[in-house]
Amino acid sequence: MNPTTDTNTGSTATNMAGSTVTDTAGRHASGPTGTAALTTPAGRLLALARAELTLLGRAKGTLFAALFVPLVVPFTMKSAVKNMDLDGTGLSIGSVLLPSAVAFSLLFAVYSALVSVYAARREELVLKRLRTGEVRDVEILAGAALPSVAIGLVQSLVLMGMCAALLDVGAPGAAHYVVLGLVLGLVMFPLLAAVTSIVSRSVESAQVMVMPLLFASMLGSGVVLPLEVMPDKLASVCELLPLSPVIALIRGGWTGELGAGEGLRAVLIAVAWIALGVFAVKRWFRWEPRR
Amino acid sequence: MTDQVIDVTDLRRSYTGGFEAVRGTSFTVGRGELFALLGTNGAGKTSTLEVLEGLARPTGGTVRVLGHDPYRERAAVRPRIGVMLQEGGFPSELTVDETARMWAGCTSGARPVADVLRSVGLGGRGGVRVKQLSGGEKRRLDLAMALLGDPEVLFLDEPTTGLDAEGRRETWDLVRALRDQGTTVLLTTHYLEEAEQLADRLAILHEGRIAATGDVAGVVASQPSRISFELPDGYFPGDLPPLAKIGVTGHDVQGRTVRLRTTELQRAATALLTWAQHTGVELRGLDVRAASLEEAFLQIAKEATRNDPRAEPARAGSRPVTNEKESVR
Repeated sequence: MNPTTDTNTGSTATNMAGSTVTDTAGRHASGPTGTAALTTPAGRLLALARAELTLLGRAKGTLFAALFVPLVVPFTMKSAVKNMDLDGTGLSIGSVLLPSAVAFSLLFAVYSALVSVYAARREELVLKRLRTGEVRDVEILAGAALPSVAIGLVQSLVLMGMCAALLDVGAPGAAHYVVLGLVLGLVMFPLLAAVTSIVSRSVESAQVMVMPLLFASMLGSGVVLPLEVMPDKLASVCELLPLSPVIALIRGGWTGELGAGEGLRAVLIAVAWIALGVFAVKRWFRWEPRR
Repeated sequence: MTDQVIDVTDLRRSYTGGFEAVRGTSFTVGRGELFALLGTNGAGKTSTLEVLEGLARPTGGTVRVLGHDPYRERAAVRPRIGVMLQEGGFPSELTVDETARMWAGCTSGARPVADVLRSVGLGGRGGVRVKQLSGGEKRRLDLAMALLGDPEVLFLDEPTTGLDAEGRRETWDLVRALRDQGTTVLLTTHYLEEAEQLADRLAILHEGRIAATGDVAGVVASQPSRISFELPDGYFPGDLPPLAKIGVTGHDVQGRTVRLRTTELQRAATALLTWAQHTGVELRGLDVRAASLEEAFLQIAKEATRNDPRAEPARAGSRPVTNEKESVR
């Protein structure tokens, strides 16, 4: 305890951290919490999202998959859908493809991309480091998700517009279901991504761990094959998959043929998945790598 | 307002699987004090620090930082503390400036990013990606982020590991300057010199317990000084003056080499040398060593290795604690 003994080091240090002296003095004088502006949740989220967007711009592979798969794949499916027997389902090529396009956006631009993001940030100890600061846990996860969610939203809107214009689907019959479906999807898939990242030890393993949900969704949620053309028993099980209610709301909202009961059922299933996701993340999310 | 900025009482921390990393430590750190947790790897330094930083819940005992529970009352504590982890934690693809901007956006009352980067000597490195920084530069970036919000309390986990001698000295200067402005600092280190240079008070951690604590002089004083020499042929330890009477508290003999421990170095040395002169004996390899922090530290580490094969402590040494291995399941 000898602040005066070593004058040489003392003065060097003060020069080195010159600005600290005045700042600290001012702040400590004004009390523990001081007059310094406290950060707000919105401000913190924005700071994180901005950094994450920069990172996304530098991860060319992820960016490519996120931007182009959802824009290209749905239209390669067009010929397959043409050969489908849609009689009696009330569906057209357009109303099959439009929700599929949104689904690809949710699965690739949001879900798959975010599993890698969470795994990468955990691996680099970014999550742990952030947790030492003022950011709350939910903000860390949300901030990382924000750019991908924004891409998913814009992409979905663009795809809806393209489908509506090019495939003669016209305007949605019950727009509120479409909005509801999209919003639920954009909340659910970041959560499911966080859950999937729990079992992903690295970015590489993340790319494998996304497979089960990707395949289950594409096969069972009406992305490739509408549930309407499935056998009833199978369809009633597939309805419970996470992506199914999102597709049902968007498709039914567009055709305008979704009854209030069906709509409510879809919303409840989606909310249940969201609740399950929240529970799993709270309970099992890992903020640092296993050692 | 209490003057104890950090208050740790009987802290315990076990990991899943039963390993108990912290086994009942207690210490306090006053406002403006610089306290060092010194210990070998695995002594429990980081495990202790993580609880104080609010990253982990203690398994037992209580911890207060600025009067709050750092885990449950994070929101109250975090804006007032700065943390530097043992290992980075910044996205490797961001530049230094981008990293700092992100942290500034998450830090109440953040100082201008450029100032802080300059203060740690990263002034010209703003445009460089984190992955291209040297190990030392990464540590300094980490330190800069900990300082960004002008914290009242600073937690530094091995702040100079990986730095070269110059970088280490610069970091010390910076930490000293902060302390002189009234910042409370808790740092962990396994460099003795670092603790000796910086700490007002320190605790030597060993196997999750505090083996010695106090200011540097106090810790050193708790350790005996040493005298060692070789007796020539024909002389035996029994020929020496009565050891207890000259202030020697312990000794061991190995071949011709005799090692004495004493808390009264001058008295013991004088008696020994007087005896040697009177009897005309030449004490070869004579080594008289005052107690130092290094000695204290090595002594504690040595007792560790001796006791290590999971044995009960063989000697009633300087370890004030019992060794019951509770909850090692």
